[in-house]
Amino acid sequence: MATKHVTPMLDELETGPWPSFISGFKRLRDDHPDARINGLANGLLGQLEHSYETRKGYWKGGTVSVFGYGGGIIPRFSEVGHAFTESKEFHTVRVQPPASNFYTTDMLRQLGDSWEKHGSGLVTFHGQTGNIMFIGTDTSRIQHFFDEINEYGFDLGGAGPCVRTAMSCIGSARCEMSCYNEQAAHRHLVNNFTDDVHRPALPYKFKFKFSGCPNDCQNAIERADFAVIGTWRDDMRVDQAEFKAAMEKKGRQYIIDNVITRCPTQALSLNDDDTIAVDNRNCVRCMHCLNVLPKALGVGNDKGVTILIGGKRTLKIGDLMGTVVVPFMKLRTEEDFERIVEMAEEVVDFWAENGLEHERTGEMIERIGLVNFLEGIGIDVDPNMVSNPRQSSYIRMDGWDEAAVEWFEKKAEKAAS
Amino acid sequence: MALEDMRPPIETGCPDGFQYMHPMLRRNFGLWAYHEDPQPGVLLHVAKSGEKVWTVRAGTQRILDIFTLRKLCDIGDQQADGYVHFTIRSNIEYFVTDEAKVQPLIDALTEAGFIVGGTRNSVAMMSHTQGWLHCDIPGTDASGVVKAMMDELITEFKEWNMPNRVHLTTSCCQINCGGQGDIAINVQHTKPPKINHDLVANVCERPSVVARCPVAAIRPALVNGKPSLEVDEKKCICCGACFPPCPPMMINDAEHSKLAVWVGGNHSNARGKPTFQKLVAAGIPNNPPRWPEATAVVKNILNAYKADARDWERVGEWVERIGWPRFFEITNLPFTKYHVDTWKGARNSLNASTHIRF
Repeated sequence: MATKHVTPMLDELETGPWPSFISGFKRLRDDHPDARINGLANGLLGQLEHSYETRKGYWKGGTVSVFGYGGGIIPRFSEVGHAFTESKEFHTVRVQPPASNFYTTDMLRQLGDSWEKHGSGLVTFHGQTGNIMFIGTDTSRIQHFFDEINEYGFDLGGAGPCVRTAMSCIGSARCEMSCYNEQAAHRHLVNNFTDDVHRPALPYKFKFKFSGCPNDCQNAIERADFAVIGTWRDDMRVDQAEFKAAMEKKGRQYIIDNVITRCPTQALSLNDDDTIAVDNRNCVRCMHCLNVLPKALGVGNDKGVTILIGGKRTLKIGDLMGTVVVPFMKLRTEEDFERIVEMAEEVVDFWAENGLEHERTGEMIERIGLVNFLEGIGIDVDPNMVSNPRQSSYIRMDGWDEAAVEWFEKKAEKAAS
Repeated sequence: MALEDMRPPIETGCPDGFQYMHPMLRRNFGLWAYHEDPQPGVLLHVAKSGEKVWTVRAGTQRILDIFTLRKLCDIGDQQADGYVHFTIRSNIEYFVTDEAKVQPLIDALTEAGFIVGGTRNSVAMMSHTQGWLHCDIPGTDASGVVKAMMDELITEFKEWNMPNRVHLTTSCCQINCGGQGDIAINVQHTKPPKINHDLVANVCERPSVVARCPVAAIRPALVNGKPSLEVDEKKCICCGACFPPCPPMMINDAEHSKLAVWVGGNHSNARGKPTFQKLVAAGIPNNPPRWPEATAVVKNILNAYKADARDWERVGEWVERIGWPRFFEITNLPFTKYHVDTWKGARNSLNASTHIRF
């Protein structure tokens, strides 16, 4: 190892009660038996200290992948590699985690062992896109690391203009709010697009995220091009005995102030006998009352999902939330899963065909309008897709009569089926 | 590597989570009845079968060195049943099926320096990005900001003393990979990029850089006889979007890249629809290694929220109820012309009513 870089600024991040990543880097530099890892950690500490001193970043991208793939690696070459030679190449390998982020300690150890052999020994569970991030190795070792973990069941994630690694909440595995099998939906969808994950050839990134209920713990509406959110159609579960028990424990005032009056559609009321009445037709499944009283109130039995398309962060036209495109669909049988996969293929194909370079689905919808997008993917308009109907009268409507007839025909068709 | 050594990949994609799940979770998949919160950092889930599982959640440094990873595994083997889960905010969770094992597990985690908490109405672990450590376009660090801030907010992470949960995020550029938060600390550049005209022709695909600009402020130009780019500095919004595809558009600046604080982002549909965060403070120095000015602004907002919000109100809901003028009054943050939106749809954010609090 070259001389240890002095790191007076980083040293200040070793004080205080929260676990220190800098202390971890130093353990790799000072205590690890492999000189290669000592060197990598030393170089990294040196460059990071340099960044802290000058308030600038010094990593640049490049082109690195594994045999047969075009993406999945975040290449990092140092601009100041002459001063920090041991870490002048410090690429990240993005690896898809098991659905819902479950691991055995045995598997964590195995992944750690592989990374210790071929990389820096630094890893994050997980990055913002949802990947396991194995941080720091050089070009020559990436193929060996990938071959090793790929043999025991792990595969690279997405990077670049491609279908990205998906994310799913813990869901049915440990949550009573869950309305579908998040892991099955996650794997059916993203694994259908494996080719589009590994070989970036789309206009820009495309993200799937899966949340089991409208609490949306995976931030799907805000961040995913294709958000799958669990919901239910029938009445919510009400256990009046538990409701009364909660009232006894928390008090009447608390229940009024924190449950009844907090319903966004005023669908709750308190009966004279201290039971709760629910106007299920006007409940919008916001989850608030279930969150406050999870023992007394619960999701219904006729469960399924709502799909929203086009959520994304700032670049380029500003933040966009996803838009409801499928208000409800069942997601239980193999046929249901086939249907959602087909729908996702329609969306990705239409966008791949019509999206501009570096344009997310939400931006494309903004540019061409929701109606054109819906026609492109073969889905009918539905009032659940809008907050309110059009306000502007500037629209040519000479197709109105046909559209109205079509609406009533479809309605009749639906009623008949 | 020689071609004969090249091994074709096995394109398995996302692995099946079931093989790594605690058998108790597998048995009761989709069959959960309710949950309780026995104490901070601990969840109790009860299945319809009557089986119970306790989850213990701990915050870590997120970037784990192999020694720390093995320590977390040792704790899982010795104190739990060898099964773990990571939350979206990179906390680790362990599962035990015997209540008597909860406290020893908490003790082992605490002993090893991890912080048990982050559930219910606490300040959750900050979701963050890579920063100077690994990103190619960062205006600041991420792990360092988070470490410095969590040091100060550790009690709020370990206890339930907030009106509702508080999600904090950081982002090291204006693309905002850190996402929406109740309180977000993001880089805000304040000067247009300085252009290294010697490099543009060799490094950048000029048409795609021109296309990337949200306000069409970039155009091709011949500078000193070389093909390059120029920026209309009056139009430029200093967003830095041109920098990733073209590093000679140097946006990061040791002095002029500042931090801004945004509040009210919320992903949940509970009570109201999901919301985006709004600007409240800017011009905060990007001051490593501990960013004290940014932490002070965050603590100021947290204190005001804690003192004034009702139970279950998220930061954004609280501000909506009391009104933005009162928010600026309580926090003593300046309200400036920069708070008035100018982007597409901006008129929808203006007050077109006489609803005014006096």
